[in-house]
Amino acid sequence: MSNPLADMDKPDVIFCIGTNMTECHPVAATRLKRALARGAKMIVADPRRIGLAEIADVHLPIRVGSDVSLLLAMAHVIAREGLVNEEFVGARTAHGEDFLKHVERYTPEWASEICECDPDDIERAALLYGGADRGAIYYTVGITEHICGVDNVQSLCNLALMTGNLGREGTGVNPMRGQNNIQGAGDAGALPNNYPGFQKVTDPAHQEKFHKAYGRKVDLEIGMTKVTALDLCGDRIRAMIIDGENTLVTDPDRNHCEHALKSLDCLVVIDIFMTETAKVADVVFPATAWAETDGVCTNTERRVQRLRAAVPPPGEARPDWWILSRLARRMGWQGFDFGSAREVFNELCALSPLYNGLDWDRIDRGEYQWPVPTRDHPGTPRLHEERFENGRGIFKMLEYRDPEETISEDYPMWLTTGRRLPQYHTRTQTGRSDGIDYLLSEETLEVHPDDIVRLGLEDGGYAELSNPRGCVYVKVRGTTKSPRGTVFASFAFEDVPVNVLTGGGYDPVTQTAALKACPVALKPAGTPPALSQAGPETGAAAW
Amino acid sequence: MRHNGAALTLTLDGEKVAFTRGETLYEVAERHGSEIPTLCYDARLEPFGGCRLCVVELEGARNPVASCTTRAGPGMVVRTRTASIEVQRRILMEMVASENRDTDVDPMHGYASQEMATLLDRYDARTGRFAGATSGRSRPDDDNPFIKRDYENCISCYRCVRVCAEQEGDYAISVMNRGFDTQITTEFGGHLKDSACTFCGQCIQTCPTGALGDLKALANRDVPGETETTRTICPYCGVGCSVDVMTRGEKIVGVLPAMDGPANEGALCVKGQFAFDFVHHPDRLATPFVRDGETGELRPASWDEALDRAAGKLSRVVRDHGRQAVYGIASGRAPHEAAYMMQRFIRAGLGTNHIDNCSRA
Repeated sequence: MSNPLADMDKPDVIFCIGTNMTECHPVAATRLKRALARGAKMIVADPRRIGLAEIADVHLPIRVGSDVSLLLAMAHVIAREGLVNEEFVGARTAHGEDFLKHVERYTPEWASEICECDPDDIERAALLYGGADRGAIYYTVGITEHICGVDNVQSLCNLALMTGNLGREGTGVNPMRGQNNIQGAGDAGALPNNYPGFQKVTDPAHQEKFHKAYGRKVDLEIGMTKVTALDLCGDRIRAMIIDGENTLVTDPDRNHCEHALKSLDCLVVIDIFMTETAKVADVVFPATAWAETDGVCTNTERRVQRLRAAVPPPGEARPDWWILSRLARRMGWQGFDFGSAREVFNELCALSPLYNGLDWDRIDRGEYQWPVPTRDHPGTPRLHEERFENGRGIFKMLEYRDPEETISEDYPMWLTTGRRLPQYHTRTQTGRSDGIDYLLSEETLEVHPDDIVRLGLEDGGYAELSNPRGCVYVKVRGTTKSPRGTVFASFAFEDVPVNVLTGGGYDPVTQTAALKACPVALKPAGTPPALSQAGPETGAAAW
Repeated sequence: MRHNGAALTLTLDGEKVAFTRGETLYEVAERHGSEIPTLCYDARLEPFGGCRLCVVELEGARNPVASCTTRAGPGMVVRTRTASIEVQRRILMEMVASENRDTDVDPMHGYASQEMATLLDRYDARTGRFAGATSGRSRPDDDNPFIKRDYENCISCYRCVRVCAEQEGDYAISVMNRGFDTQITTEFGGHLKDSACTFCGQCIQTCPTGALGDLKALANRDVPGETETTRTICPYCGVGCSVDVMTRGEKIVGVLPAMDGPANEGALCVKGQFAFDFVHHPDRLATPFVRDGETGELRPASWDEALDRAAGKLSRVVRDHGRQAVYGIASGRAPHEAAYMMQRFIRAGLGTNHIDNCSRA
């Protein structure tokens, strides 16, 4: 997030897009509700009538994957109505004039043909955000998990730049991160293009720095993304070490994924449970879990906080860092003699400019938000206050692109996926916590009542959801939360593995999978088979 | 804070103290350690003025005023602990206690559950002078596994109603009837599951009497040992809520929200509050596993054997296909040290950048 969580009850106008915050980040959503109680207005763009939409002033039920068209049209209205923050654009941005010219042709009427929203609602939303003194944007993976994920994010940045809604209290472009340390995994350098602290691996100065620190030259080339690596399993990639990810279930196109992992010469998995992914490994190492592990995590607002062990782990489970450093030693490598999480974290701090001012003791109370470049630095709750990292905020001239796969006669429905409040991810944790299943014990497919009638489905009956990648059986639930033509399911339950179906392309820059827009066919299924299987015709695995 | 060129001050129990415009008398007194008793006060919520325990004498006012709802003003003369105020508080405590079935509840009920019992001790108010009818009707019929609804111990302080509305914005809890017949309920008087309740547990944690209780923690009330707490961060989404994990011996027995948590300021959701016991689930891996050469199945192994097996197989891949053939995937749910060590393994060990985390999935 560019701004702290504490800013969330301060905007005049809140714009939430692709974020089901009341279910996925419930505590953050309470701050937005407080802003509304204080009189703030809220725009929610989401195909579904999610909880936030129920309390919004404007709900834009966009067709999945059409975000860029909506955001171009909002920019058009803001420009046309003279709501551009000229001072900000002049002082802090580049290519502003080109951008204002670029959006001249993208009217709400044009956008409504693509995003299927009422042009008047687009107009209202643009006037609200454009007219705000403090406008704040919040988004989640509903924005990024598309073939145009980067374009979506940059479209949001364009809106914030043209209205000067950055670097001030109650403003910003704020991604809500989905896992308790997903931000930290990137901070710590678990990325193919960045060393710790987002230092580019292609920069000779950084290479020199890490050569010195690690006593070994690291390749100059950017590494593969996970997506490419999975594509090349059994080919250029022959071994994988996977820590705490149920890759087989969470990644798109499950059959492809399972085939990839099974074709490796060596798969090493570190986890706390025997997940579907661990089951196909050659070696499985038992890790300590939450509340058993001392360590550090960084939240969505870049706050660096301590995780503390409260109980001993079961049996011989060990911390991840211990497992990996001992494995490195067993490989015969030098420099992996770490004795504690403290030592590991302090080495990270020494090598990352974002953390240079931190160490294990200084983060004890969690008051620092990175960057904290020096020991006397107070931390940075709000980014971009005086200037942008690279000088000026650059407007991007974007065009709308269709998803890689679009609905057709054979696959006429959009499937979009996500989470539900009580269950988390593939239920490895919530499914093993007493009582959670009382709130949600099975997955259902949310279908508009009109579609139920049109497709001959039965509310509470089973349906077959299919596309060329596979087929899933799921119980139908009629609800106007889904718009006509779009159905929703979460990927939480193993008997409804919706990621058998997803996998229609990736963002070309980040290679983030298009998990949110997936054309499918939907028909009544009579009685449910024991467990959904891949392969629409044979019911057998597709590889 | 300046006012007419001078600091804003008032006289608190004979001492001149400074205050900030907008502060209540209660807040000023708290800052100065006056320990004014309250039952309906939660620092995160709007002042309510319901329990009347926080009344203080204000010079010039005919009757004692509720300090939680009275804004501090320059020159005010305030007395928080006069004999008559303390008598009044004791009588109030005796009356409040008289309406409840139990005055002492297990601390496992929740964060604030000992507030009433503590005040009864402080005012020596367990006299039973007003024993008689009890108010509130419990709801043992509500079969939810998280929130005990024992309204026979309810004192109608409305903290649950207010935290649900003001803090959560959910408005799942409401009030029926008035006076002695006041009953905390939900819309249509049904079960919580059929209401707007999200089971965030905030009502439990703010309840000062244990009328609402954490059923998951209470299920552990007989686990031997003293309850200890450890400050950590919730294992679920990226908001990073601070929690205090309650343990007895080697067992997690419950979770308390950290009122001073910088990201959450005491708030939690259903997962952070209640989904903690996966840690002790019998499915947890307790030894390494290796794939058996003969059966092809995974079987338990020692650390030595498993590390040797993994290192041997990885080394063979490097020898046969080059160091570029190994790929590492770090977790978004393990700490920094895990992700850092994974990238160090790949970079310092193999000299490649073939490392990613799960954020693209």
